[in-house]
Amino acid sequence: MSLLTLITFFPLLGVAVILFLPRESKEAARTVAAAATAIPLILATMLWVQFDSTTSAYQFVERLPWIASLGVEYHVGIDGLSMPLVWLTSLLLFLAVFASWKIETGVKGYMMLLCLLEVGINGVFCSLDLFQFYVFWEIMLLPMYFLIGIWGGKRREYAAIKFFLYTLAGSVLMLLGVVALYLAASPMTATPFSIPELSGMIASGALDGSNLPNGGVLFGWPFLKWIFVFFFIGFAIKVPVVPFHTWLPDAHVEAPTAISVVLAGILLKLGTYGILRFNIGMFPNTAPEFATIGAALGLIGIIYGACVAMAQTDFKRLVAYSSVSHMGYVLLGAAAFTTAGMNGAAMQMFTHGTSSALLFLIVGVAYDRAHHREIEGFGGLGSIAPVYLGITTIGMFAALGLPGMSGFVSEALTLFGAWQVYPVMTSLAVLGIVITAAFILWALQRVFLGPLNEKYTKENFADLSGRELFTMVPLAFLCILFGVMPSILLDVLGPTVDRLVALVGLA
Amino acid sequence: MPFADQTLLTMGLAIFLVPLLAFTVLIHFGSRLPKGGDWVAQAGIVTSAVLALTIFWNVIVGLYDPGWTWWSAEAGLSWNWIDLADLKLPVGLYLDNLSVIMLTMVTVVASCIFFFSAGYMHGDPKYPRFFAYLSYFCFAMLGLVLVDNLLFLFIFWELVGVGSYLLIGFFHEEEEPPRASLKAFMVNRVGDVLFLLGIIIAWQLVGTLNYPAMFEALAAGNFPDPASRAFSSLSNHQLLTLSGVLIFCGAISKSAQVPLHTWLPDAMAGPTPVSALIHAATMVAAGVFMVGRMYPWFTPEALMFVAGIGAVTALVGATMGLVSFDIKKVLAYSTMSQLGYMMLGLGVGGFVAGLFHLITHAFFKACLFLGSGSVIHAVHSQDMRDMGGLRKKMPRTYWTFLLATLALAGVPCFAGYYSKDQIVANALAWGLSHGAAHWVPFLFASVGAFLTTFYMFRLVFMTFHGAPQNAEKYAHAHESPALMTIPLMILAGFALLGGGTMNPLADVDHLWFNELVPAPASAAAAGLGLAVESAEDVAHHLHSAHYPALFTSLLAIVAGFLLARRMYLVKSTDPAAVTRRFGPLYGLVVNKYHFDDMYGDRGLVGGLKQVNGALAWFDRNIVDGVVNAVGLAGRFIAFVMGLFDKYVIDGLVNSMRTLTRLCSSIFRLAQTGNARDYLTWTLVGVLILAFWLA
Repeated sequence: MSLLTLITFFPLLGVAVILFLPRESKEAARTVAAAATAIPLILATMLWVQFDSTTSAYQFVERLPWIASLGVEYHVGIDGLSMPLVWLTSLLLFLAVFASWKIETGVKGYMMLLCLLEVGINGVFCSLDLFQFYVFWEIMLLPMYFLIGIWGGKRREYAAIKFFLYTLAGSVLMLLGVVALYLAASPMTATPFSIPELSGMIASGALDGSNLPNGGVLFGWPFLKWIFVFFFIGFAIKVPVVPFHTWLPDAHVEAPTAISVVLAGILLKLGTYGILRFNIGMFPNTAPEFATIGAALGLIGIIYGACVAMAQTDFKRLVAYSSVSHMGYVLLGAAAFTTAGMNGAAMQMFTHGTSSALLFLIVGVAYDRAHHREIEGFGGLGSIAPVYLGITTIGMFAALGLPGMSGFVSEALTLFGAWQVYPVMTSLAVLGIVITAAFILWALQRVFLGPLNEKYTKENFADLSGRELFTMVPLAFLCILFGVMPSILLDVLGPTVDRLVALVGLA
Repeated sequence: MPFADQTLLTMGLAIFLVPLLAFTVLIHFGSRLPKGGDWVAQAGIVTSAVLALTIFWNVIVGLYDPGWTWWSAEAGLSWNWIDLADLKLPVGLYLDNLSVIMLTMVTVVASCIFFFSAGYMHGDPKYPRFFAYLSYFCFAMLGLVLVDNLLFLFIFWELVGVGSYLLIGFFHEEEEPPRASLKAFMVNRVGDVLFLLGIIIAWQLVGTLNYPAMFEALAAGNFPDPASRAFSSLSNHQLLTLSGVLIFCGAISKSAQVPLHTWLPDAMAGPTPVSALIHAATMVAAGVFMVGRMYPWFTPEALMFVAGIGAVTALVGATMGLVSFDIKKVLAYSTMSQLGYMMLGLGVGGFVAGLFHLITHAFFKACLFLGSGSVIHAVHSQDMRDMGGLRKKMPRTYWTFLLATLALAGVPCFAGYYSKDQIVANALAWGLSHGAAHWVPFLFASVGAFLTTFYMFRLVFMTFHGAPQNAEKYAHAHESPALMTIPLMILAGFALLGGGTMNPLADVDHLWFNELVPAPASAAAAGLGLAVESAEDVAHHLHSAHYPALFTSLLAIVAGFLLARRMYLVKSTDPAAVTRRFGPLYGLVVNKYHFDDMYGDRGLVGGLKQVNGALAWFDRNIVDGVVNAVGLAGRFIAFVMGLFDKYVIDGLVNSMRTLTRLCSSIFRLAQTGNARDYLTWTLVGVLILAFWLA
């Protein structure tokens, strides 16, 4: 069994064990969940160590027949794009268990769903079979729906359904694309869902839908263009790209802290991962046609997200909109098809994963103690919780892309890469940098600095506990580590990103 | 070569990493260390100072070679920070006489301030954290000086900004400091993103960001084909100018140049040692240092822009210094004005003058700020109207302050004279050789010299001379402890001797700084093939400008001093009458030329908030409204389908049931269970069949 299979499915063991625990043994359920997510983290770390960063080929590949009649396989493998995300998933889910330690209702169910969520996400990143990819994509959706819908805040049902339907709408389009690809490819190969094979056939021009009725042309658009758009919308909803983003603030605000962490840290990256893996990696001939639109959407996201974030009064909503802004860089960088831009985009996925997760943990601490999230309802917390202020300062500086922190490297690479192709849009994008700094530091000031709000004392607003520190310090450390030594990450991304750029360049 | 490559690299790294180590120790264990750990920070910065002085001694004093440089990349000691196919960024250290002098200045001034702070901040509950932040700042500042490429300069540039942010907002429990720190960071952010764009353009033009390589590539003129690069409609010359101007925008905010200067006066909300270190001697001067470093990059047009901004700043800053009663604000405006002088100097071609002034200014301005800190420490007020007559109570503070004031005013024999005079001379030479609007820098610099002397002596007279204005505060005032006055004396010593000579008629060309830090050749001119003024011509203009400039400056100084004496010492003219006389002008200056109003909540920031509010409304009501409408529509369709299902489809099913029931209720009538009935019906059936078949 390959390491990937083990990483992906190990949490299922946790699900099984928790299932047979007695209802009242909450502590045991938490411990089992911690163990069930710790092992994949260790394995994923081994994966990183063993990963060969000199090649862009898929590694740790395992390929078994699954549904022979359709040519569906169990096919896993990773490259430089997916490996860091697998590791990040394993880390964030592990931390999420600890961030959920205070959850007291339905602990068993919660922890089981959390483990199941990890299976779904890692499954998506490891899949090299389109059918399998889709199955994991949907698997991941269900636990998320229940985690928000059951353990969420006041409007949890609205938020959960909105999240579910939005994503489902995207999935349906994706499914349409998958089926169409299958129909076009099935006469040519025995394994028509294999992502590497499909990519190869599309790149070589062998697969263009000409064997379909009407040559695959629909309303004047060629076959592949339609599929490209279907995939793009499906992924864009996940990113989320403006204007498909309004599920995000609602889902974040209602979700429990740990779920927000996973949502911002990983789930959004599934969208951009999909765009890089499929829209660019699979349709390199079609992608350039939509590049300017993609860059423009990225730019809109950067500025629009930042502006709307600044107008929020709810701390968590503010952080949620900051994600909309930050994910815009991924789009802008990727759409430039330059090495620097694409590296920036791929790196931004990772760096935003750590910094946004940290921010949501920070917001969660304030909510746990004060039971509200109104920015104006805090004030001066730094004077009673200095450690909290310290970690928050790191998190916020990481989020605003301070040099020396990881976000700067990815954003700077994006801008360097994008400027060559879209000088005007890139010059406008720096406006987003200014506004981002403004709303983040303004929030920091209103919540933590200035005279202390009389409602709070050292007694009712304790400084960070050991458990909370345990969840935050690793993320803060990563933000600094990759800011100081970005090559650790860039070396891994390098060959894969180079291959993507070359694919488009050849096209 | 006084050092082996490896030794220099180690020393260079230690100079900025030791303060970082001190920061790390202090931020984690500071409060558990004896004496709040101030000795950790002091040991750290003194180590850096000793290392810097060692290099200074061996290189500056020992070699005395104007062309001395050391670049780690040439020794194969750089680090591949980023190594992508199209973006390579090896990082290393770059040392030349300028950076060695900067390192020495920063570490010596910082050492003085670290010891002074131990007295000034004594008893503060966050005492360890103060020293942690100071150490962090020194790390970033020294890194900024040491690195060999523009992107890393930018990185440290922002990191010093964070140090500034943390230290301005050090008293974060109060209302004002957090606001001031946010403002400082944001204003700088605006300049910084423009700076970053400038860097991106520079990289696009020459494909590298290491200074020596950049200038080499630029001088060689190997530009990419305009058709294949971004902004293809701009010529290389225009793009290079744009890049220079954008890079300079970073310096506009960092060095508090008009129009991005508004954060500096507010930054005085930080503790006074911070104002001395960051907002007078080092960080704000980083902009000047950066322009000096990038000097070969600037086209004549970009330099003209630098000169213009510098001239305006020199004058605007000086005028605002005239009307403030806050001792620290006067010094802040003075700093702004002096930074303007430095930029002006650089812009008009006075490379040496501008950078020399950066060094001399750092010492005497740090001395002035610490002196004001000593006064504030004594009277617990920053308002000069609470002071007066302190000369007798605080003689050491007074004498050091006076020395530094004379240096700032540019009185002959003091350090400031040698650098400032060169700036004025360069400005005059520029005016002479270019004519017309090029006279503006000289004009502004001369008026500025008059104003500088006036506001400084106004400050000295109001604070130290005359009768005590506040008897109670005066009664409690006392000289500061030796821990604070000894740093003052050291800095005052530099204010006196920094010129390297006391001879007012010394030949400018043979001042130590002029000999050691020669102006670099313009790579921009070489690369673009522009005609440059010959060195002889420049020297000629400069020599003919020297005495007229000196004379003008002296006149300005004497006039400024006499006026200040008349208004604030002898008091034969009432300042209030003067302000009435200049009513509208005075109002404009007191309102800081309305820059703050332009940017504030009723200006730019307010506008941004309105836009944000509108976009948030749009997001909530329109974008999300569409989503919810789709949801509602879905539910409505479902409802209609439900009705259809219930009444039509289910209705059909139900009607089948009704029909069956009806039939069965009819046929049931036959089921009587009576044998006679059945026989009767059977007979009827047989009869019907018989008739039908027949």
